[in-house]
Amino acid sequence: MRRILAIAANPLAALGLAFGVASIVIVISGENPLSSFGAMFAGALGSGPALSETLIKTIPLAISGLAVALGLRAGLFNIGVEGQLLVGGLAAAYAGYAIELPAVAHIPVCIAAGVIGGMIWGYLPGILKAGRGVHEVISTIMLNYIAFYLTHYLVTHQLKDVHTMAPQTPAIHPTAVLPQISQSGLHWGILIAGLCVLWFAFFLSRSVKGFELKAVGQGPDAARASGISVPGMIVLAMVLSGGLAGLAGSVEVLGVHHKFYDQFSPGYGFDSIAVAILGGNTAIGTALSALLFGALRNGAIGMQLATNTPKEIVTLIQAIVIVFAGMRLLGRTQAVPSPPEGEGRGGGPHG
Amino acid sequence: MADLELIRSTLRLATPLILAAMGGILSERSGVVNIALEGMMLAGAFFGMLGSYWTGNPWIGVTLGMAAGGLLGLIHAALTQRTKLNHIVSGVALNIFALGLTTYLLRRVFTHAGSSPPVNGLQNWSLGLGRIPVVDQVIGDQNPLFYLAVVIVIGLGFMLFRTPIGLRLRSAGENPEAARSAGIRVGMARYLAVTASGVLGGLAGAYLSLGQLNMFAEGMSGGRGFIALAAVIFGKWNPYGAAGAALFFGFFDALQMRLQGQAILGITIPSEFMLMLPYVLTIIALAGFVGKAVAPAALGKED
Repeated sequence: MRRILAIAANPLAALGLAFGVASIVIVISGENPLSSFGAMFAGALGSGPALSETLIKTIPLAISGLAVALGLRAGLFNIGVEGQLLVGGLAAAYAGYAIELPAVAHIPVCIAAGVIGGMIWGYLPGILKAGRGVHEVISTIMLNYIAFYLTHYLVTHQLKDVHTMAPQTPAIHPTAVLPQISQSGLHWGILIAGLCVLWFAFFLSRSVKGFELKAVGQGPDAARASGISVPGMIVLAMVLSGGLAGLAGSVEVLGVHHKFYDQFSPGYGFDSIAVAILGGNTAIGTALSALLFGALRNGAIGMQLATNTPKEIVTLIQAIVIVFAGMRLLGRTQAVPSPPEGEGRGGGPHG
Repeated sequence: MADLELIRSTLRLATPLILAAMGGILSERSGVVNIALEGMMLAGAFFGMLGSYWTGNPWIGVTLGMAAGGLLGLIHAALTQRTKLNHIVSGVALNIFALGLTTYLLRRVFTHAGSSPPVNGLQNWSLGLGRIPVVDQVIGDQNPLFYLAVVIVIGLGFMLFRTPIGLRLRSAGENPEAARSAGIRVGMARYLAVTASGVLGGLAGAYLSLGQLNMFAEGMSGGRGFIALAAVIFGKWNPYGAAGAALFFGFFDALQMRLQGQAILGITIPSEFMLMLPYVLTIIALAGFVGKAVAPAALGKED
């Protein structure tokens, strides 16, 4: 029990501080924090539909949070989850409307398309880092914008639904839609998210590759000395991270929107950074913090309707959580280790 | 004179990139990674608008925008130097913070989402170069912040490479150990450089809301902070190089706006591809396919 408390104490302290700062902001702007957070709580968990909506928002946050966490465990800061999620979402939507298959095959095909799309978008910064020493933070920031413009171009041209003015793909076939569990819109993506959490825990604690990946994250030099291919693990980590991000995008498209449209992600790829860091980059921690941020994001909408406090207070809470939880988790340790080869060869920037 | 107009709009669009890139150089030359430029610009744009909205005077807006950016810079310096928070983590948090804060305040102050009401913007300055035809048309009548940007580029280039202060700043970024043993206060140098970096980022943002649109829109920095960072990398952490890269990116932005999908020399380049050009080129530059971009040696490291 004491051990559990010791682990939970720091993330909870980070959360407490974040809510404290948020309360001050709310007070300064002339509202009551207690009634604001009360309305937020009611909006997130106060009823069956509210709880269902919270879980729907938790799904992409959990999967993309795992994507960030996986990168960080390998010492890589994948800020490109948003871009990988866009590419994966578009690939899944394309497979969903362009291909005709029975449901039993169609859903896996769409998900595979999305995962592969995300993997490709994760492979690029991986190989750029492993092969050319390009720091993944810079390349993933750039690839986010490239993905944004590329998907925007495709849904306004080649992949556009010609029957509407909006930049979006045609609706996916019913065979590609992730079935709903309840009337309130909760879909089977929740199961997929759960499987991801299990896979993440298993991969890191029970598999050889997972062990090697963690070893690279703890120290590339020691990992290299023990015979691990550091460039290989960097590429693998980025591919897996991108794949998870692509999966998050696919599940969101197949389960909620049933088509890809511009800005279908309200920034899940960025929220996922706070999710992973608050969750301590562990499977269960990331799942719990995804649930928390799913509740906050969902509750904030209700709060904005019921009070004068804008929903962006959650974004502020996220930023503060990243600072405080990041200090413990990533502060003195090197979250972003130098590129293993890069330095000797003149290095990437930000080496 | 259509082509002169293209050059004019290149200068207009490059101005915020140049200003923010100079901020990026200051921070990174001192050894602190600054991916928070995006957030600093956004804060500068919002508070710039707010200052002008409150007082009617755009220059007070510019000052407030610079102060807001400077405050974020100071926080970035404190987090990275005092609490030794990872530079990237701090930058990510500040970007999210700036996005949350500006959108929050936009809704709270103006009660409607999306954008602010129009405010008084900066009027162009006329240099009175009427006798020199082409030059007058291109730079004779521009935004005051454009002229300021030119001064800052030259001033920063001089300061970095020709003065003892610049030498100290660069040594903090190249070899903090040696700098410290030579009696340079590395921490202080970084505090000053990163705060100044924020001031410049804020100024760049104020240009967006007071020099271009005369209003603030949600998330209006729109990735320009990262393009400025790209210009820093592309310009190899040199003020003149970065300014050149910013002009280059500004030109493609202007061209993209001009063409709006029209054909050029018989080929149609979609505007999205022109917009992604800075990002693609930066990756290519970093990968060393066109001359390796080399960062200050101690950038982002614990000292």
